[in-house]
Amino acid sequence: MQIPHTLTARADTGLYNAKLGIWLFLASEVMLFGGLFSAYVLLRVGSTDWPHGADILNVPLAMLNTMVLITSSVTMVMSWASLRQGKVAAYKGYMVATLLCGFGFMIIKAIEYGAKFSHHLYPGESTFLAVYFTLTGLHGLHVVGGIIVISYHLLTSNRWLRSEPERLTNRVEVVGLYWHFVDLVWIFLFPLLYLL
Amino acid sequence: MSQQETLHTHDIQTPHPEAHHQPLGFWRHYIFSTDHKLIGIQYAITSLVFLLFGFFLMMMMRWQLAFPGEVMPLIGGLFGESAMPGGIMVPEFYNSLGAMHGTIMVFLGIVPLGVGAFGNYVMPLQIGAPDMAFPKLNMASYWIYLVGGIVMFAGFFVPGGAANSGWTSYAPLANIATTGQTVWLLGMVFLITSSLLGSVNFITTIIQLRAPGLSLMRLPFFVWAQFVTAFLLLLAFPPLEAAGVMQLMDRLTGTSFFLPSGLVVSGELLTNSGGGSPLLWQHLFWFLAHPEVYVLILPAIGIVAEILANNTRKPLWGYKSLVFSAIFLGFMSFVVWAHHMFLTGMGTTISSFFQATTMIISIPSVIIISVFIITLWGGSIRFTTPMLFAIAFIPMFGIGGLTGLPLGLSTADIHLHDTYYVIGHFHYVVAPGTILALFGGLYYWYPKVTGRKMNDVLGKIHFWGTFVCMNVIFMPMFIQGLAGVSRRLYDGGQQYAHAQGVLEWNLVMSIGAWTMAVFQIPFIWNFFWSIRKGKKVSDNVWEATTLEWTAAPSPPPHGNFTTLPSVHRGPYEYSVPGAPTDFTPQNEPARA
Repeated sequence: MQIPHTLTARADTGLYNAKLGIWLFLASEVMLFGGLFSAYVLLRVGSTDWPHGADILNVPLAMLNTMVLITSSVTMVMSWASLRQGKVAAYKGYMVATLLCGFGFMIIKAIEYGAKFSHHLYPGESTFLAVYFTLTGLHGLHVVGGIIVISYHLLTSNRWLRSEPERLTNRVEVVGLYWHFVDLVWIFLFPLLYLL
Repeated sequence: MSQQETLHTHDIQTPHPEAHHQPLGFWRHYIFSTDHKLIGIQYAITSLVFLLFGFFLMMMMRWQLAFPGEVMPLIGGLFGESAMPGGIMVPEFYNSLGAMHGTIMVFLGIVPLGVGAFGNYVMPLQIGAPDMAFPKLNMASYWIYLVGGIVMFAGFFVPGGAANSGWTSYAPLANIATTGQTVWLLGMVFLITSSLLGSVNFITTIIQLRAPGLSLMRLPFFVWAQFVTAFLLLLAFPPLEAAGVMQLMDRLTGTSFFLPSGLVVSGELLTNSGGGSPLLWQHLFWFLAHPEVYVLILPAIGIVAEILANNTRKPLWGYKSLVFSAIFLGFMSFVVWAHHMFLTGMGTTISSFFQATTMIISIPSVIIISVFIITLWGGSIRFTTPMLFAIAFIPMFGIGGLTGLPLGLSTADIHLHDTYYVIGHFHYVVAPGTILALFGGLYYWYPKVTGRKMNDVLGKIHFWGTFVCMNVIFMPMFIQGLAGVSRRLYDGGQQYAHAQGVLEWNLVMSIGAWTMAVFQIPFIWNFFWSIRKGKKVSDNVWEATTLEWTAAPSPPPHGNFTTLPSVHRGPYEYSVPGAPTDFTPQNEPARA
């Protein structure tokens, strides 16, 4: 027996299963990062000598990274839109662009981390650095997760397109929602850690 | 999965449904199954084993409390020189047992049994769904849970033994504890991931896969209970994961999230950077752990509601009140967490706030109890084995709930905080409350799973023995707690003058615990014996109204229903005037 609404939306909810599922997952992610952000607030409020982020961290590099991630969100939407219109080549192109942005973000992040380590700035140095490494590290893991999932769908596109093109479209939409969320977390992290 | 199979499994247009009746291999069918029923059974068996294991840890602790410092007979020599030299328990090992008893009972026993087992098996059947919305995720959820359990268990074998900072893992104690604590944190990460996958699946299934005609207000209350529980798991667990990540960072990379400046341990100043906050851990921990209490109790309430309606042969009194109480309970459970922290010095203003919300959250709980009591009123009650457990749940949960009120008042809590009174209160909710209800659920749905009933005589021996022993174990805790005996004392309070008058209860409680173990033997025997030898019964043995009984055979086949049912009425139409039987199935079309 088939599981209903894997492909098509249920009439009274207007959602297919995976779309509801990813929103619930993202709600849970909001609570995860919410917990960490509240920890940041509590520790900062309780601290007497909280450093100014820009004095320690590299703001221009982070600004560049913000641009890279925002671009990747745009290309992610474009790839889904192209797929809906049946433009397979454009879909693949935008997926590759998203992937490249994801890799670019991680490379820039690695350069930042490397610069910190070379100055002996480790997580154990101060509470600020502990928060910085924990939050950006966890966010980086989410980016890596996104890269893996996007790569998987890019590599298996042809198989999906032959058998169930609608299912691939749904899947790309769901991956996109996740990717935008990861982007959004960075939009919060950037001012919180680097600017404030 | 091959492309061919993908096509058949997922494409609604495919006109080859017979492809699904191909027998799966042994591994796909029994081990890596995606069938919600088999996953439910896997959860049930694993969690029952963990419950027994957690109970065993507690029985060892009860030896130490009843006979402090004496050689444990028979098994004392089995635990090695570091844990029990000469058969005498060392304090560190006692602490490990305590921490692991709590962790295992809550995270590996009761939640997986109430949610993973009952939720998985019963909920899709009750809503008329062929399976969960994401069967592979469901399978992953079980296997990640099992890995988490094994990791937790492995903690006993690392140097220094398992986690020994209490199930709450309070910082900074847990930060500087032995390696077992790191293992505990890793285990928790697996368990949290498992519950995340499970809760996404449960909510999606309940919203998306309800049978035609099954509106929200026609859902059996058990489904509502699972629905609210899934939201609690989804939203309350991640902050603990965040806290766990931070504690791991503290332990592994030398950060100071939970270590204040200038902390001296064993006469030495810690070299950490400091600036952290031990209170932060408590906030994040209780932000999970208070909703967790409702995760423990709500599935039990759902089970009791089903059994009560069925065995009183009348509709649940106040179904809507029950539903809205459960939803309100879910919401409120997120804003009461700091009532665990009145004595941390967080300030009287905050205490007043959390005291007020705590008093408010008792209202829906009282409504639920009232609904159950009024449901009994005037019913022609069938005293079946599951019904005994369900009825016993009502006063036990009542005692557990009412004894919580003094703890929720910040002034009374000054005296009662961290005493055995807290242990008594919490266990009345979870052990005589939830566990009795879960046992009731096992007896109630066993015929659906196996097609056979469990033996009633053995069931009643199990019930009365367990019921009496649980009260013998937990009632004296209130007496000791009111006298001021602290929890987590390795010698049960021997060295304190104020404890001398109530010390003799330790032996009573211990004998109660060991006797209760004896009364579990008929249950275990019954459980396995009945699989093959139990009395064969019809598909709807309890003459119930909900879909799992009225639309599916026992045991239900792969895909659950031969044709998907459609629903025409509410869940508890018992003794409807003018109806041919005293139960009217939900899927029975309205008569003209």
